[in-house]
Amino acid sequence: MDDQASTAPQHPIITFDAQPDGYKHWRMEIDGRIATLTLDVDEKAGIRTGYELKLNSYDLGVDIELHDAVQRLRFEHPEVGAVVITSAKDRVFSAGANIPMLAAARHADKVNFCKFTNETRNAIEEATSLSSQAYVCMINGTAAGGGYELALACADIVLVDDGSSAVSLPEVPLLAVLPGTGGLTRIVDKRRVRRDRADFFCTTGEGLRGQRALRWKLVDALAPRTRLAEVARTRAESMAANSDRPISGEGMQLTQLDRVISSEEVRYPNLAVAIDRTARTATFLLQGPDSPPPGSPEEMMACGDRFWALAVARELDDAVLHLRFNEPDIGTWVFRTTGEVPLVAAHDDFLLENSQHWLVREITLFLRRTLKRIDVSSRSLIALIEPGSCFSGTLLELALAADRSFMLTGTFEGSNLPPAVIRPTRMNFGPLPICTGLSRIETRFLGDAAALEVLQEHIGRDLIAEEAEELGLVTFAPDDIDWTDEVRLAIEERAAFSPDALTGMEASLRFPGPETVESKIFARLSAWQNWIFQRPNAVGSGGALELYGSGKQPDFDRGRV
Amino acid sequence: MQANYNETIPNNVDLGDDRRLLRALERWQPAYLQWWNEMGPAESSKFRVYLRTAISVDSDGWAHFDHVRMPDYRWGIFLARPEANRVIGFGDHKGLPAWTEVPGEYRTELRRLIVTQGDTEPASVEQQRQLGRTAPSLYDLRNLYQVNVEEGRHLWAMVYLLHAHFGRDGREEAEALLERHAGDPDRPRILQAFNERTDDWLSFFMFTYFQDRDGKFQLAALSESGFDPLSRTCRFMLTEEAHHMFVGETGLMRVVQRTCELMREFDTDDVRAVGGVPLPMLQKWINFHYSICLDLFGSERSTNAANYFGMGLKGRYQEDKRDDDHRLVDTQLEIPRVSAGGIETQIISARAGMNLMLRRDFTLDSQRGLDRFNKVIGAHDIDFELTLPDEKFNRSIGIFSEIEASPSGGLLDAESWERSKDCWLPTEEERDFVRSLMVPVTDPGKIAGWIAPPKRGIHGQPFDYEYVLFR
Ligand SMILES: [Fe+2]
Ligand SMILES: [Fe+2]
Repeated sequence: MDDQASTAPQHPIITFDAQPDGYKHWRMEIDGRIATLTLDVDEKAGIRTGYELKLNSYDLGVDIELHDAVQRLRFEHPEVGAVVITSAKDRVFSAGANIPMLAAARHADKVNFCKFTNETRNAIEEATSLSSQAYVCMINGTAAGGGYELALACADIVLVDDGSSAVSLPEVPLLAVLPGTGGLTRIVDKRRVRRDRADFFCTTGEGLRGQRALRWKLVDALAPRTRLAEVARTRAESMAANSDRPISGEGMQLTQLDRVISSEEVRYPNLAVAIDRTARTATFLLQGPDSPPPGSPEEMMACGDRFWALAVARELDDAVLHLRFNEPDIGTWVFRTTGEVPLVAAHDDFLLENSQHWLVREITLFLRRTLKRIDVSSRSLIALIEPGSCFSGTLLELALAADRSFMLTGTFEGSNLPPAVIRPTRMNFGPLPICTGLSRIETRFLGDAAALEVLQEHIGRDLIAEEAEELGLVTFAPDDIDWTDEVRLAIEERAAFSPDALTGMEASLRFPGPETVESKIFARLSAWQNWIFQRPNAVGSGGALELYGSGKQPDFDRGRV
Repeated sequence: MQANYNETIPNNVDLGDDRRLLRALERWQPAYLQWWNEMGPAESSKFRVYLRTAISVDSDGWAHFDHVRMPDYRWGIFLARPEANRVIGFGDHKGLPAWTEVPGEYRTELRRLIVTQGDTEPASVEQQRQLGRTAPSLYDLRNLYQVNVEEGRHLWAMVYLLHAHFGRDGREEAEALLERHAGDPDRPRILQAFNERTDDWLSFFMFTYFQDRDGKFQLAALSESGFDPLSRTCRFMLTEEAHHMFVGETGLMRVVQRTCELMREFDTDDVRAVGGVPLPMLQKWINFHYSICLDLFGSERSTNAANYFGMGLKGRYQEDKRDDDHRLVDTQLEIPRVSAGGIETQIISARAGMNLMLRRDFTLDSQRGLDRFNKVIGAHDIDFELTLPDEKFNRSIGIFSEIEASPSGGLLDAESWERSKDCWLPTEEERDFVRSLMVPVTDPGKIAGWIAPPKRGIHGQPFDYEYVLFR
């Protein structure tokens, strides 16, 4: 194998920390049950240099703030039942992802950027459908490409009817790429725009406005300029009226993460990620809870954001994003845990028993989003289940998410820790599905109802390695003698394969079963987009993306592949 | 309608033989007339106005004069005569035969260009709707209406292109041109300068001097187009645009003339008391109109403009008089850039700088008239010079929109700008004063006190001719 070690990242590190009072591109205002997120991009404040964010176009920095806002509205504002997204720019909603930024970005950065923006849009949809915090998009001007795709993620789209403002997906005719932030999928799958009309819409650069946009179901309502805000507000209010979120009461403040980043490690209170640059491996060590769960949701509120389930979700989420963006060469993620199985299971029970409480619901949904982020990360995932670990319920999902898992049979020589066990909980059978809508266990035993039934009988039971292997919950269960070599070989072998082939293989094997809008976006749409992002017609020296802004017309290779 | 279209809609596009086009225009015409009555010159439908009507593109046919009621004006469709074997003069398709049909791959861009141009034509009519009430003379009133009907014809010209070449989308766009209105809070015109009000005659002359000159340069750039029908349409429109600028330039010249006379006669710099417009006030109007017109050219660096050039849809001013390869594939252009330390330069692809190039030609052209005004001022032994403000002054679009600058180009912080801008731009009080001068004069041969009479009348008629019959 190639044993050349990867080096620490050269770029300035990207972090995902943001605070509403430090936003450069968004304004968050809350008035009663309605929040308004206003996009007002600072042209000069791109996250990297070399481009200007004209016409409310966005880059990763703009989207990091949006991600933060969507997250905070859910946690810090229980009273908000509907959110209006709009723009502060006159007659411009948003021109979508910034093209010079995309053109200059390395392939991996493009892919990472698109994945993250897709995840935020999915979170917006999830907020509407599962958090009772519905999104209304108030389009006050041109909404092109990613600008319209942001609207598509909202539950309700109101377009200004001023005779000029249009919604459009001009990527194909203008840039020779796809509307890859869910656009193609959502117009036909979510909004049920007839596919021949969608075909027309996606090839007309200018898009559609007014009555035709409404008739074709590209928007839900039209409003004159002078009444736009009022119409959007009324629609948001009627959505808020149907929300089951509490009308008043304290939110959960998300304080600054306690995090130390060094070249060998990223450390949080409940999670340490050790980076081995020679093996190109990051090892996540998650700490289980050190005490039983609170007795009631009120007690949980009093813990603040240090409540274990919330804290571990935040830390894991942040670590995943950090590694995705800043450590592209670290191709294998290894998950380990340490702690007490009963305490993890008790936390699961607490979350399930209080699932009607708004914050409990938020925390569960956050865990679900974070685990989904892991599923769609282009890294090999390996779980190591050893004595002293606590892979139960929510944390067992990490082992189920892994491409391969190893569980030690027996104990390590010289250790007084009892043999490892895993304990399934009800959390493994529904509340934390992957993007196809199935739980990880259902996915694992796709179409095998009998196996599922057997597994359900094991909820709450501690399973040792032999049982876990027998039930199919772990891949291999080596003993003390074989463990070190088997694990080492698996990791080394992984690091030697082509990262591209691995990414493609893993993504193809992880999601058997049905398709959803989300799975189509991550599989079909993103895969096509990422293919196009590599092709000369888009990114070659004569490709459309490269030539954008120069006035030179691309000279396409006309062969259909 | 059973009318003979070649009669009611003078044209040189064989309208009578094109049933599809006829049907489209038949549907559009009533909407147009309704628009003219509701949004066109106020309370003017009964007036008979001494107007020029183009009835053919021949030299004797395009300047046919008669007293006509404006709703009966024969808005015609004229394209400059085709040039035999015309080839595309610039961009990636340079040297290929010009297109007589819309090239499919550029359909969207062409339509956008035509709609953007077309939107300005009715917009200016709407902006000038109330001016008829306060014309300084019958001669000026007639000129206003002449400009208005020709802007109406320019709308027809663009609608013709939309109907003839863009199918259903084109028809929808043609309808939308009548549905947006200048200054309408719900459905405004596309370009901001066409949503401002033009409600005094000084602004009207400024408008026809500056905005119509912008129109001239846009039309000139479009007349280079590889899409031949657009090129020919714009070439004919340019002949009319020249008259609009004539109205602007002579109008301003007559204001300058009158002001200078009043300054001499009463030996005062402040001619307000004697009913004139002081030269510094004129300067402020120039500052305002010139700066918002620079915005009309769009961003200095523009991907759209680059594409239009590369595609061969919109060229530079007088493309054929330029000494280069007309492709500009690797040519670079220096343009300004705002940085923390002030204004620097940056190098961009020349194609991306098309808007700036056209704007620079506009500036040179605008200066020429000012030079003539300054000669008049000098001839009265008055020490004052009218100038164009710096390109950085009062800008809302492009590189300079984020900074403030004085008319001489010095950079200002936001606070100094707020403090000083009233010294450079018309104040409400000054606008009120100018409005107070706007008393209508409708007796033949008479004129308001703030403006000098023209040197000669229209089409050989004397100044005291009855250019507008109110009966
Ligand atoms: Fe015109
Ligand atoms: Fe004009």
